[in-house]
Amino acid sequence: MASELPAFAELAVFGGLLLASGVTLLASYRVIRGPTVPDRVVGLDTIGTNVVAIAALFALQTGKGLFVTVSLVLAIIGFISTIAVARFVTEGDIIE
Amino acid sequence: MISTVQAVVVTALVVVGSFFLLVGTVGLLRFPTVYNRMHATSKAATLGASSMLLAATVYYGPVGPGLTSLVGIVFLFFTAPTGSHVISRAAQKMGVPFVDSADWPGTVPMRDDESDGD
Repeated sequence: MASELPAFAELAVFGGLLLASGVTLLASYRVIRGPTVPDRVVGLDTIGTNVVAIAALFALQTGKGLFVTVSLVLAIIGFISTIAVARFVTEGDIIE
Repeated sequence: MISTVQAVVVTALVVVGSFFLLVGTVGLLRFPTVYNRMHATSKAATLGASSMLLAATVYYGPVGPGLTSLVGIVFLFFTAPTGSHVISRAAQKMGVPFVDSADWPGTVPMRDDESDGD
């Protein structure tokens, strides 16, 4: 790997990546089976937060600082989409 | 090459962040209603992602990508409560019931018909 981390930190980052990816897959259960619409929105919000964590971990693993910016942009997009879906559910439309 | 102290701190933060992400997702899967699930995800998952970003800050130092991840932490701490508050208000307006032993104080649902800036 291109990272400058020693072996134990490399292992920890890889384990964190694996766990965050598995946890993201598990959160999709709530998106698919969620009884109500807000459950699905909460599940998608959790997936967004987990992908932010995955991008930060990928920046650590590859040593490329670009992916930190990717995580920031993903956080912004996740917030905007959460607000948009919540407004669509309550108000009926997003921009009146 | 980064120092050993930095590597140890990065490892500790990644482990702590993984723990909080796991806790948040277990709460998302196991809690009974949408309000309880939101309680788990908006705190624990946000702390997990912030811990990962703090690990990136420790790795890169307080300039460049590290500063970007500090901005990301601040942004997450602003937007996660806002987003979950908006979702919970939407759920309450849709009539998603609370868990059985809980009810609204005074049993008056929160229908303050504010027309937010139309």
